Amino acid sequence: MSRDVVIIGSGMHPWGKWGKNFVEYGVHASRAALKDAEVDWNDIGFVAGGATMRNGYPGYVAGATFSQALGWHGNEIVTCYAACATGSQALAAARSKIKAGECEVALVVGADTTPKGFLAPQKGERPDDPDWVRFRLGITNPTYFALYAQRRKDLYGATDEDFAAIKVKNAEHGFTNEYARYRKKFTMEEVLGSPMVASPLRLFEICATSDGGAALVIASKEYADRIGSKRQVKIGGISTVSPKFASADVEMPDIATDSAAASNAYSFRASIAQKAYTEAGIGPEDVSLAEVYDLSSAMELDWYEYIGLCAQGEGEKLLRDGDTKIGGRVPVNTSGGLACFGEAVPAQALAQVCELTKQLRGEAGDRQVVDAKVGVTGNQGLFGHGSSVVLQRE
Amino acid sequence: MSANELPAELPAIEGWFSMDKADAHLIGSQCTQCKTYFFPGNVSYCRNPVCESSEFESVPLSREGKIWSYTDAQYKPPEPYISPDPFESYAIAAVELEKEKMIVLGQLAKGITVDDVKTGMDVELKLQTLFSKDGQDYLSWVWQPKS
Repeated sequence: MSRDVVIIGSGMHPWGKWGKNFVEYGVHASRAALKDAEVDWNDIGFVAGGATMRNGYPGYVAGATFSQALGWHGNEIVTCYAACATGSQALAAARSKIKAGECEVALVVGADTTPKGFLAPQKGERPDDPDWVRFRLGITNPTYFALYAQRRKDLYGATDEDFAAIKVKNAEHGFTNEYARYRKKFTMEEVLGSPMVASPLRLFEICATSDGGAALVIASKEYADRIGSKRQVKIGGISTVSPKFASADVEMPDIATDSAAASNAYSFRASIAQKAYTEAGIGPEDVSLAEVYDLSSAMELDWYEYIGLCAQGEGEKLLRDGDTKIGGRVPVNTSGGLACFGEAVPAQALAQVCELTKQLRGEAGDRQVVDAKVGVTGNQGLFGHGSSVVLQRE
Repeated sequence: MSANELPAELPAIEGWFSMDKADAHLIGSQCTQCKTYFFPGNVSYCRNPVCESSEFESVPLSREGKIWSYTDAQYKPPEPYISPDPFESYAIAAVELEKEKMIVLGQLAKGITVDDVKTGMDVELKLQTLFSKDGQDYLSWVWQPKS
């Protein structure tokens, strides 16, 4: 087995609508992570940058853009893009480089500046592009979130109150998180009183888009020990798996699922974390806490099941029993999740890892999970990008 | 051809469905080798990882299915959605086709709300005006609960 890779530093730029260049957020987060790791920028051998699609050419070559901004010193670079799973792919690339012995210490960074309002497709008539067609037909992002939410109501007895309770829980978790964009507690009445967007989902149950940046410094275990790093967190496993044909998940931006007429049907999302668990040699029963992708409040229930915290159809019980609140058996989205952050696409999967790093180091302050040993992230990028990272306390 | 020579109704998306209102159906394609269906049908190489075929037949998909889930749109979507002014909310369903073993999305027929449907309900395909532009109606498919 190849050598262990550990996180020795994490840093973030607060999420918000700051209107600045994405490079500023990335550099801010990188410097914070380097300081946290007590590693000099000039010692970094490899930079893995998460690309952003909305900021012109510098965004497409983010690894180089961040390296130049921090000061060229001849390090190697890679740029990754995997939609919302971008951060995990960048992390996986840097980890592989270290595992292969080609590098001792690497910087992983993602940052984004987002436009105001709804995410919309590019202009022009493009009937061959499924993302264009679905908007022409009136099928938006919340449509997909809502189809899953409604199915939970009809199949598993989920209620509007369950969906609102997740927003209330995550708002409470993120209330003291200095990096969260929305630091406001919500009552059930406020959430249930917000306008219906896509039944059964309401405005306060659907995540916004934000500016933000997140970075990690990772190193070989030998390097970390050599420089006397005391706050190491082990990367136990990373999954960046794609779907298996025939994928039965109703996925943005597709109008139809794969046909399982001649193949077995698979759930892609339920397969994502499994690879990370296997690599780490653990199972969901070992997990102390999780960060999952609450694009909508209801989607958090699906993720409880996708990452194996409970069986399919039992997400509502886990929530109602208080298991996923801080203080419960397996807290979920202790950072406040997307409910408090809003989505900064290339930074989001890294932000999940930053939160777990804080928790496993025992540095999460008011939202600390007692005796946190193992954390898992669950996330998915459009067009077939799985993303799950298992972290273990050293 | 001038505007008044155009047929009164045109498809909102060319080639995705038949324009015969009496026998409305989606047009998919089927791999001649492994028999997998695709919708939309514009595939050149079979996506089944154990099939190397590049030959497909254009096939009508089942006109009837069961609701997998449903929702609605209470706010106007961004472009390229073409909205009436003022915006009118509409309902949407994801429908399971039994023979094809696939789920296809689409709007529910005008007048149908989320209170009128349930997961598992039988629906059938109809054509309906999606939008009108320059005096021309553009049609798309919708799902209609079976009476």
